[in-house]
Amino acid sequence: MSTDASPPLVPGQAAPPTESGDLSRSIASSGAGDRVYTGLTTFFALCIPLLLAFLALEIGRAAWPAFSRFGLGFITSSEWNVPAGRFGAAPAIFGTIVSSVIALVLATPLAIGVAIFLSEFAPPWLQQPVAFLVDLLAAIPSVVYGLWGIFVLIPLLRDPVIPFLRDTLHLGATPFFAGPAYGPSMLAAGVILAIMSLPYISAVSREVLRAVPRSQREAALALGATRWEMIWDAVLPNARSGIIGGVILGLGRALGETMAVTMVIGNRAEISASLLAPGYTMASLIANEFSEATSDLHLSALMAVGGVLFVITIVVNGIARWLVWTVERGAAG
Amino acid sequence: MVSLTYIAAALATLPLIFILVHLVRAGAASINPAFFMQMPKPVGESGGGMANAIVGTLILISIAATVGLPIGIGAGLYLAEHKGKRLANTVRFLSDVLNGLPSIVMGIFAWQFLVRPAGHFSALAGGIALGVMMIPLVTRTTEEMIRIVPNSLREAALALGYQRWRTSLSIILRTALPGIVTGALVAVARVAGETAPLLFTAFGNQFWSAAIQRPIAALPLQIFTYAISPYDAWHSQAWAGALVLIGIVLVISIAARLATRSRFGSAVD
Repeated sequence: MSTDASPPLVPGQAAPPTESGDLSRSIASSGAGDRVYTGLTTFFALCIPLLLAFLALEIGRAAWPAFSRFGLGFITSSEWNVPAGRFGAAPAIFGTIVSSVIALVLATPLAIGVAIFLSEFAPPWLQQPVAFLVDLLAAIPSVVYGLWGIFVLIPLLRDPVIPFLRDTLHLGATPFFAGPAYGPSMLAAGVILAIMSLPYISAVSREVLRAVPRSQREAALALGATRWEMIWDAVLPNARSGIIGGVILGLGRALGETMAVTMVIGNRAEISASLLAPGYTMASLIANEFSEATSDLHLSALMAVGGVLFVITIVVNGIARWLVWTVERGAAG
Repeated sequence: MVSLTYIAAALATLPLIFILVHLVRAGAASINPAFFMQMPKPVGESGGGMANAIVGTLILISIAATVGLPIGIGAGLYLAEHKGKRLANTVRFLSDVLNGLPSIVMGIFAWQFLVRPAGHFSALAGGIALGVMMIPLVTRTTEEMIRIVPNSLREAALALGYQRWRTSLSIILRTALPGIVTGALVAVARVAGETAPLLFTAFGNQFWSAAIQRPIAALPLQIFTYAISPYDAWHSQAWAGALVLIGIVLVISIAARLATRSRFGSAVD
């Protein structure tokens, strides 16, 4: 860095008589600029809490008519009947939970497998490309996943996958795979969500596995463990709560995911045990009905669904952050 | 058991390859100069393009950056310089909460706050919704980038008599700039593909419009509309649009990587 190009350090006149005089003057003159700077950055920082408070207030206010009209029944009632003006969000809440659970069941083993592969077994030349490809999954826009879901995934499910599950694995007898398979379904939404939450779970798991101290691995190997026993008995127990945190973080993503789900879930407000039946999630319900909301009550009910979704994601993300934080703090200490 | 992790890695990279290959196969046929220059054609006429949606997306991204970057960088500066204070911890936590906010909730918030009082959909409302989504991402990377600037730089500047604010802006911020630019570009790339916040704000527009007071077309919205339509011609347009959208996202992401690389070059004179 060249110092001669910089402007004069103390915008002042002649050299001060003493060192201490200079110091006190420079502190005094710095007051105004520093106050403006601190004021501005504090203002920008305060924007975040203010924005969230305003968001909660606005959505709460808009959702109030529906909440006051239906009370707790808004969450427990399974009747979402627009013409009759009766709104119960249970089918959407059910659909949100089921599709997210399918996603986690499919994505978690894969994500942890990739994370173990990358942190323990992958040859160096393969680490970067595989990590990059998995991370890239997070960069694909939701609407592109939806497009792919409609034209590739759903036909794929309809032809080889569902007949295989039903006839070859004899799952057709269970209520989960009963009924006609039209295409758009809870299963399709779950599979799309699994692909979308995979990069989040695997990224956190990778970080957490790396945070497990070397000494733990070396101790296990010194005791005669194989590489796999070392991972199973020494590394994974240490990383467990962090990995769970990553899974819950993926859950947070899956719960709020909108476009891809709206495009493949079929959008029908019914609770069905069959994964092949169409359903609704809270996010897809809003996306699908909001612009065609006919009455003020309908609009308010959709706002209330948004409010419930907001609260659920805050709780889920809070738990996830806390879990990841406990592991990382443990590794640092 | 070890081979199971190899299989997991193979399975996890498969969807991406599947998606990208199909995207290129289905979309490339409709990509031609007309796609970038022409307006969408009505149903039944072949050809046409998405010029309005491409321009609309660029306008929306610009509005989003204007809103999101100053707040995000300012808040990041605050967090890095007031480490450990209670307000800083609260803001950091709430920034994470905002980051986890479902995009559709941001959409209905922007509608309630900007569209409902104004009485009409507008590009401005859509851009602001995207801008708010950028804030937590930019805040987080700004804070991290400023934290890795060695403290000795700050001490040297202060010892030379620089005032605190000038130290922060012309020494610390400038040193961290390549990293912050990368973070900003990553945030832009992420909101460029967002659809849900635009559904009830920017709304989409079949005609040419660059006015920020009016509804505006956007690439993700156009892809959504075409994808759920029953027309084959529109489906292939949707694939082409998706290919262009991924292209935009990738170009911004590559630019982000280049910005970080210049960090080790001559970015700091």
